[in-house]
Amino acid sequence: MQMLDDTSKSEVEFVTFSAGEQSFSIEITQVREIRRWSPVTALPHAPHEVLGVMNLRGSVIPIYDLAARFGLGQTPENPRNVIVVAMHGGQTVGLLVEAVSEILSVSREQIQETPDIRSEMARQSITGVIPIENGMTRVIDLGAVLHSGGRAVA
Amino acid sequence: MTLKILAIDDSKTIRELLRSVMEEAGFEFSSACDGVEGVERYAQVQPDVVITDINMPNMDGYGVIDAIRKGTIDNQVPILVLTTESGDKLKARARDAGATGWIVKPFDDVSLVSVIRRVTGMVA
Amino acid sequence: MSNPILDTFFEETEELLESLAEGLESMQGAEFDKETVNSVFRAVHSIKGGAGAFKLTELVNFAHSFETVMDAVRSESLALTPQIMHTLMRSADCLADLVDAARSGRTIPDEVTSGFLTALQACLGEGEIEAVDAWDNFEFAAVQLDIGPLDGSAPEGLAEITPAEPDKAQVGYQIDFRPHAALFTNGHEPALLFAALADLGRISTWIDLSQLPEWAALDPTDPCLSWRVELLTDESEIAVQEVFEFVHGLCDLTIGPLFGEQVALVAEPSMPIQLPEITIQMADPMPNDVSQPDIPQPASVAQAPVAPAPPVVAKTKAERGEEGSEAKAPKATLRVDLDRVDRLINAVGELIINQAMIAQRLQDMTTTRDDDLVMHIEDYRLLARDIQEGVMAIRAQPVKSLFQRMSRIVREAADATGKLAELVTFGEGTEVDKTVVERLADPLTHMIRNAVDHGLESREARAAAGKPPMGTIRLSASHRSGSVIITVKDDGAGLNRPKILEIAKRKGLVAQDAELNDAEIDQLLFMAGFSTASTISNLSGRGVGLDVVRNAVQALGGRISIATTPGYGTEFTIMLPLTLAVMDGMVVTVGGQTLVVPITSIIETIRPLPADLHRIGTDETLLSIRGRMIPVVDVARSLGFPSPGTLNAPLLLLVESESLGECALVVDSVQDQRQVVIKSLESNFGSVPGVSAATVLGDGRIALILDPDAIAGGRVTPAYQMPNSLSNAGRTAHANA
Repeated sequence: MQMLDDTSKSEVEFVTFSAGEQSFSIEITQVREIRRWSPVTALPHAPHEVLGVMNLRGSVIPIYDLAARFGLGQTPENPRNVIVVAMHGGQTVGLLVEAVSEILSVSREQIQETPDIRSEMARQSITGVIPIENGMTRVIDLGAVLHSGGRAVA
Repeated sequence: MTLKILAIDDSKTIRELLRSVMEEAGFEFSSACDGVEGVERYAQVQPDVVITDINMPNMDGYGVIDAIRKGTIDNQVPILVLTTESGDKLKARARDAGATGWIVKPFDDVSLVSVIRRVTGMVA
Repeated sequence: MSNPILDTFFEETEELLESLAEGLESMQGAEFDKETVNSVFRAVHSIKGGAGAFKLTELVNFAHSFETVMDAVRSESLALTPQIMHTLMRSADCLADLVDAARSGRTIPDEVTSGFLTALQACLGEGEIEAVDAWDNFEFAAVQLDIGPLDGSAPEGLAEITPAEPDKAQVGYQIDFRPHAALFTNGHEPALLFAALADLGRISTWIDLSQLPEWAALDPTDPCLSWRVELLTDESEIAVQEVFEFVHGLCDLTIGPLFGEQVALVAEPSMPIQLPEITIQMADPMPNDVSQPDIPQPASVAQAPVAPAPPVVAKTKAERGEEGSEAKAPKATLRVDLDRVDRLINAVGELIINQAMIAQRLQDMTTTRDDDLVMHIEDYRLLARDIQEGVMAIRAQPVKSLFQRMSRIVREAADATGKLAELVTFGEGTEVDKTVVERLADPLTHMIRNAVDHGLESREARAAAGKPPMGTIRLSASHRSGSVIITVKDDGAGLNRPKILEIAKRKGLVAQDAELNDAEIDQLLFMAGFSTASTISNLSGRGVGLDVVRNAVQALGGRISIATTPGYGTEFTIMLPLTLAVMDGMVVTVGGQTLVVPITSIIETIRPLPADLHRIGTDETLLSIRGRMIPVVDVARSLGFPSPGTLNAPLLLLVESESLGECALVVDSVQDQRQVVIKSLESNFGSVPGVSAATVLGDGRIALILDPDAIAGGRVTPAYQMPNSLSNAGRTAHANA
């Protein structure tokens, strides 16, 4: 939520991408880089949305399947798949997404409150929505995605 | 001419404080962390004013004063004794040892610079 | 906003507190020298000085009282009784707390410090601690001297500076000034004094040449000029006195009202100092005598600050001599931002991986094998190792600071339990990775508390057992074959095994009819939920048990063991890897995945005959080896990887585990043995059960480093905890199935 409270800048930039055939976005300041998919090392007993860990220039970063995280099923293998490397609270993580769409520049007012939705996971992890050409994109609260303790999407 | 100041104090905090005040005032600043190093630095830097702590390891402030006053390099350089101990006893002792003046910690930048001017006649 | 000098202060204070603790520690011993007392004094003194600069009043006040007592100790006017020693140690603790508080911008309630202050005051008995006077002693704050550049007319041409029309509100002073030789040797210059006077008002100066001897008799070191200065100023006489503050005793000085019409205007007729003009001839004005304390004070300086009492001076001189002779050159050190070191370590880690990758490539190119190149690559490997060792050494630091903190814990624990206890440390210089030192603080604190609280008997019990009332906690560190060994030993009664077993049974930790051997009973102490609450106090309690200690030690890749001798005490031994950054590992394949097993835990690799394997129940297998039966653990299955399921002729790694003793891990194959760079999983993810960390292999892919203890102990699932809580309850099935 924090990022929406910051009204010091009126324009905010988001990286939008698709996962589970839906559009999601992360504030650009949280995105470190976008990488091609490369094989990961699986972790024992990890939740199903954690695909494993990858070597990012010497750091071990976990890779989350964003679609699986939102209960939209495992992301099917596709050469277009990319990993969005993002930073949150000192943690570096990779998000597997189907494809990166665009950089979206919107004003704060264009970000709308998340409508009342049933999925608790989605309600917790999506801080708002932004209307775009073909519908809307969901603004992800990275912290909630990474930390929504114990209640993995069933 | 820029005034050269040499500060000798075993406390890095005090050295850094002095540095900031002295450099702010436009003086050229160098420092040493004990008496022995201080006397060495003195010969190298040949400062216009020496500021020295009294209680230091290796060689204390009195030793520094003694070494400078007995030395051959500008042995009448103004030497200011820097100390938290105040009181007349100490001042008299510092003076007897050959100190030019004293500065009581905690000091503020204004008083510090004015003391330096006072013993050198120089303006920053 | 952070103030870099304030940061410096706290950094430095940290070191000062260390040397303070160290000094006090050695003062406890029978033999200590003056320099030790001096260094303790200096540490407190420097903290006070720095704190004063930042107006950290609480800290200044406390340090001041502390310093006063230390000064008395230093001057031997205060005998060092055990009681006073105790007060000094506790005051050092309090000082550390005040520093901590100042750093985090907190204040410590007066009630907390006042107890210590009272104790310090009590040390001095009759002698009062004077209030901190540092604040009022801004000697020069009041005098805003703005001495301009000396105009040419001032010193040399001293004939007369014509005063302008006297201002009605001004006061006149007549100043007679005759410098002694010492004034010049002390670095003073009369012209500057006049310039300072000129800043106060208008001056007229006359030079008295009457004492000037014939040229032939002129001794250039013997000043023979004197001056009369008339000053018209609206400043008080104090301001005028202050101009001469530094030269008191170095000259004959008379400051009096200027006779004439101005007399009536003297603002404060409070006895201006009237001294007879006596010219004292300095007996021997050679500069080298200036510092001698026994030079007779000129009679005319009666108004000068009290002359030093000669004995005091002489004493300090003697001390000074000692200091000089015992001077030892401090080792030059370099303070480096830890981030930089870690970046370097990371880069070296990459370098090693890079080397491994090149070597692997080269090995794959069997067709064009180039012996020269192979040799160079080997050199590269060795060089990279050298660099790595060098870099790792930067992170290594002696356990001394950690150990020093423990003496405080012993004091507090002893005070809280009413026992007498002292800490004896060995091997303080043993170097360990910085992170290990940091992360060992909590477990060690707990163990030390435990040792005092549970280990040592009460005074009465000790007396009954014929032991000295003072219990001893021995804390030692040493290096042993690539590991760091830390032991905590008490000379108490030893573990009460029947009682431990009884408690464990009562708490349902073991079956009521369980029959355990001594070692097994000792291990009960490390079980979660075990707490010998019935034994004592609120001290060790705090809901923290030895299980937490063990987890912390294991998180550092170490292990902890316990040994006890009834009647003579208990010893805990912590064994830790030297560094957290690299380790020797065996690279194995398990369930198609590449894993690394720490070499230190592997006893041997065996491929048993089917006859040596015995099934127990539906799922368990035992290996019989050298007449013993040890459990076989299917690593793949416990990690939730696909398992071949058949254990006909498996490859087994015999490992030593903390909790289960020996145990055999099933692996598919062994690939290699090599040093691996340890990468944390926790920083970006969280802890993973059965896995202690990760490493990067030659091909750039990540391999997980197995935690054999967790695997062997079957703690893979129960211990499943991730700080970042990416947990998932549904997974429990995997490991315990």
